[in-house]
Amino acid sequence: MLANFMAWIEQRLPLMDAMNKHAAQYPAPKNFNFWYVFGILASVVLVNQILTGVWLTMSYEPSGDGAFASIEYIMRDVDYGWLLRYMHSTGASAFFIVVYLHMFRGMMYGSYQKPRELLWIFGMFIFLVLMAEAFMGYLLPWGNMSYWGAQVIISLFGAIPVVGDDLTQWIRGDYVISGATLNRFFALHVIAMPLVLVILVFLHILALHEVGSNNPEGTDIKKPKGSVPKEEQSKFTFHEQYTKKYDIVDAIPFHPYYTVKDLVAVVLFLIAFCWVMFFAPEGGGYFIEAPNFEPANGLKTPEHIVPVWYFGPFYTILRVVPDKLLGAVAMFGSIIMLFALPWFDRGTVKSLKYRSKLHTLNLIQFAICFLVLGVLGTKAATPLNNAIGTVASFGYFGFFIALWFYSKNEKTKPVPERVSG
Amino acid sequence: MSNAPVNNGRRRFLTAATSVVGGVGVVGVAVPFIGSWNPSARAKAAGAPVEVNVGKIQPGQLIRAEWRGKPVYVVRRTEQTLADLAKNDGQLRDPNSEQPQQPEYATNAHRSIKPEFLVALGVCTHLGCAPTYHKGDFDQFVEGSKDGFFCPCHGSKFDMAGRVFQGVPAPTNLMIPEHSFPTEDTLLIGVGQGEA
Repeated sequence: MLANFMAWIEQRLPLMDAMNKHAAQYPAPKNFNFWYVFGILASVVLVNQILTGVWLTMSYEPSGDGAFASIEYIMRDVDYGWLLRYMHSTGASAFFIVVYLHMFRGMMYGSYQKPRELLWIFGMFIFLVLMAEAFMGYLLPWGNMSYWGAQVIISLFGAIPVVGDDLTQWIRGDYVISGATLNRFFALHVIAMPLVLVILVFLHILALHEVGSNNPEGTDIKKPKGSVPKEEQSKFTFHEQYTKKYDIVDAIPFHPYYTVKDLVAVVLFLIAFCWVMFFAPEGGGYFIEAPNFEPANGLKTPEHIVPVWYFGPFYTILRVVPDKLLGAVAMFGSIIMLFALPWFDRGTVKSLKYRSKLHTLNLIQFAICFLVLGVLGTKAATPLNNAIGTVASFGYFGFFIALWFYSKNEKTKPVPERVSG
Repeated sequence: MSNAPVNNGRRRFLTAATSVVGGVGVVGVAVPFIGSWNPSARAKAAGAPVEVNVGKIQPGQLIRAEWRGKPVYVVRRTEQTLADLAKNDGQLRDPNSEQPQQPEYATNAHRSIKPEFLVALGVCTHLGCAPTYHKGDFDQFVEGSKDGFFCPCHGSKFDMAGRVFQGVPAPTNLMIPEHSFPTEDTLLIGVGQGEA
């Protein structure tokens, strides 16, 4: 009965075939380490954000007069409203933690290199949309930091010559940030951006499954058809999409092997997530900032305007440049550098394990600079902080420049044909 | 397909013509979507001029007015403050107000209509924070300068004519809005001198 029904469906829409292609018969390298769980964790957080977001809109009032009060209403009067809001606000920070780690994994193991450039670009677009999504979402509670944070970021567009001022007014829909701005940000935050985000995630996964997952060794698990003796090929059944063109080695099916492994990661992640959500939902003032507990006030700037922690690195780059236009250019430039990473790296060896000492050091200095920039972004702009921030900014950009120079003739170790062990 | 008896020239022409008409349609449809983001009639009406009574401001005192939702600082400067303005000239980015950050009638040494009243938007020209007025203790930021404005966000500094100091992120002097004095003690923000 059930089998007949499934067959009936399958003839009309190849569901099982798609499941096999992307899960049960998808060849994943057998040597994934813990760095490979953050993609799944990001999907888990995405689902959390969409689900809690939908529920929050049921009690939220998107208007200049009602927004702040409706947040208090959610926190105090709506049953479990506090929990849904904290799931959403903690989820926002968690999203960036896992995405930053996910990106760093890609940098360590060269997962952006040929043939995965487009996969990386889709990922970067996801990151960009995520930042826009988070920025607009942060305005919605209509607290004073929401207001002034948005004021600062929208003013960035004012740095563009000639059209800048008209452009910022067009974005705000008013001479200042007002209810009009809040309403359009709400529309973009709950409808437009999530739609784009989901489509991009879909394309990211499709592109991944087309070129196949990289692994910590940076070896290729797809060998030319007929080049590997039968007994050395992977013993599992993989979808013909992959086997008709390649001999698959050192691979295991994504499901059940990695679904089970990822489940362990999801459980550990959720334990940490719940701890923050229940015991430190404000994240020590980093996830929800103190000035946001008073309503937006266009006549009173908070003493220090600092963005939420996840914008810290880019914000520091913005403000260490003592020129408005160049500061904005440097900030957007720092993200464009990431987009162009596959072309800055002219090497062919993917994994850190087989690349030069110089590359490892360069990557370490990049990670340190990124962290320093992030910390400074949440601090006041004192001369000392600006001096440190300037050095770290040079380190950030220097990573890409240096990479371009040394990667052409880098001294690398031979990459093994197969994953050992 | 390729072997079908077709007139390729006509097919190309029709494809191109349809694309052009379709393109025009896309541009046309974009107009309302983009246009709806402009300030609405209601927002524009709320941007009407505001009146401030300046008769009761004490020397050295700053009052804040609200115009188009932005803070406007009105300061009654003392003779001493006005005399000290010229001392800063060497440390400023734009001491002679060459950038168009003020109406024609305020393009002078004191950047105002009446020398004693500074009328400036309390909006930092860097990224729009509200600079704080430091009266008497500004020398902690600029040596030898008693009064001035300091932006707490990114450390931009302005003197008592709203002129920006060098070496700070703010690119230009504070904006002087259109303003006028219909009577001796009334300041009208949003309407320029000789306009209404």
